[in-house]
Amino acid sequence: MILKYSKTAALVLLLAAVTTTLQAQVKKTTLSKKKVAVTKVSSGSASLKASMARGKVVFNNICATCHQADGLGVPRMNPPLAKTTYVLGDKTKLIGIVLNGFNEDVEINGDRYSNIMPAHDYLKDQQIADVLTFVRNNFGNKASAVTLTEVKKVRATKKS
Amino acid sequence: MKKKKVLSLLLPVMAAGGLILFNALKSDPPKKAADAGLTVPTGFTANVIAENLGVARHIAVTPQGDIYIKTDNSKPNRGIIVLHDNGTTATEKTTFGNFSGTEMVIKNGYLYASSDYDVYRYKLNANNEVIDPNNPEKIVTGLIARRDHRAKAFALDNDGNIYVNIGAYSNSCQIKDRQKGSLGIPNCPILDSAGGVWQFKADKPNQTYKDGTRYATGLRNVVGMAWNQQDNQLFLMQHGRDQLAYMFPEHWDNKQSALLPAECMYALKKGDNAGWPYIYYDQIQHKKILAPEYGGDGKKTGGENAIDPVAAYPGHMAPNGLLFYTGSQFPEKYKNGAFIAFHGSWNRAPEPQEGYFVVFQPFKNGKPDGQWEVFADGFAGSPEKKASGRADHKPCGLAQGPDGSLYVTDDVKGSVYKISYKK
Repeated sequence: MILKYSKTAALVLLLAAVTTTLQAQVKKTTLSKKKVAVTKVSSGSASLKASMARGKVVFNNICATCHQADGLGVPRMNPPLAKTTYVLGDKTKLIGIVLNGFNEDVEINGDRYSNIMPAHDYLKDQQIADVLTFVRNNFGNKASAVTLTEVKKVRATKKS
Repeated sequence: MKKKKVLSLLLPVMAAGGLILFNALKSDPPKKAADAGLTVPTGFTANVIAENLGVARHIAVTPQGDIYIKTDNSKPNRGIIVLHDNGTTATEKTTFGNFSGTEMVIKNGYLYASSDYDVYRYKLNANNEVIDPNNPEKIVTGLIARRDHRAKAFALDNDGNIYVNIGAYSNSCQIKDRQKGSLGIPNCPILDSAGGVWQFKADKPNQTYKDGTRYATGLRNVVGMAWNQQDNQLFLMQHGRDQLAYMFPEHWDNKQSALLPAECMYALKKGDNAGWPYIYYDQIQHKKILAPEYGGDGKKTGGENAIDPVAAYPGHMAPNGLLFYTGSQFPEKYKNGAFIAFHGSWNRAPEPQEGYFVVFQPFKNGKPDGQWEVFADGFAGSPEKKASGRADHKPCGLAQGPDGSLYVTDDVKGSVYKISYKK
């Protein structure tokens, strides 16, 4: 795994040298083959792709148990993560849901979901940025990455 | 389990045979009649008699062949859908009701229905038709329905009582519900008003908690319940707790957590305690095991005062329908046995999901006797759809028709299946 990551990182650094755009509009299917758009996540060493790869690990370990591996949730209980404004909309709100949990009835595309989501404030800021970037660019979703800075900002609000 | 394997090997052969037989017998097949794509034992046929009814939960059938279905639709006037059974197809007769919910039972000239908060009843005429669909009588009101387990299943006895399940609004009474590693609240406060079965009068309007009695406690959530006429006792199916491995990976791996704890069948007496949240039943060790939120490690036993289940099934398969078969159409072995609709799991990932079938549990003298078997399978659509949990259909409610046919509802696409037997 480490070897795989360092390989990816090297490729990303190379691309970063010629690609200055910070857009995150990346097609999942073409990610590995075509020109990769890079977003500076933190120290500049992490690319969108690397963030997505780390986010996938977090998703499978933490989120998939309720939201399921395909991100489509469980009818009546656990909401889907595909094509909903909760995931694709305001990033501050989305980060807040991960940090504080979610304890409201939610209606998405006419269906109601009622199970509680516990707070995940034990996750590291980077893990939250990674998993949300992964979720926002999977299951048919396409949206900008979530950065470490953005997560830190919401975490600071939570504490105050 | 051996029996189950043999059965699953034979099922495709049986299904093919059944289909040929079915087609040969039909002289003038109605357009909507369709082989349901289910596998059922030899001699049985399965038809889809209605489709697209929305979230079709529980079901009741009258001697006149009318079918009442309680939906969890939010659509106006479609809280209860009434069909008429024409044999291999059904036509919509009327709809009414503006509340979503789950339960549907006919008893002593009334149609009983539940929302997530209340129990209603509608008076029936001599033909078992609802007299005033717009003005049901509210029998029980103000029941707790919070995050988890809101559905209010109920059953009625022969002495004028109704038994309403009030599901626990929690997975395992943790201080922080569903939080990794969070411990259980001592003297779980949820049990005061939920996590059990409450007994009310079946004919007294506007009863609240103070009018009822907590009949049994320590039940996490129940959707399938039925009164057993043979031994005049309440039976129900508990949905066992979720996420052992996810919450406490130091004691369980994913494989164990997919199978544990058991989905339990309980036969209840007044005052019984089934042990939630302090213990769960392990169907492999045949023991009541202390829950990890209360110091358990998968081996320590507990629940000395809690009752044992009368039957136990693999974990997370979500038994949503329970019916005691009293008809004469099916072969003798089914008489007084139980059919259980397993809605199917979501909580087995990353292991494959399981369930999405109707099980038959043989009974003798009012108690489970012998190994359960899969009676009707194939609701999911394919093995891949079953494994991923993306089932095309999920069986939920069960009813017995006047001729002894078995009806099954599906709350994904709103299909109604009719399973019949011909010698």
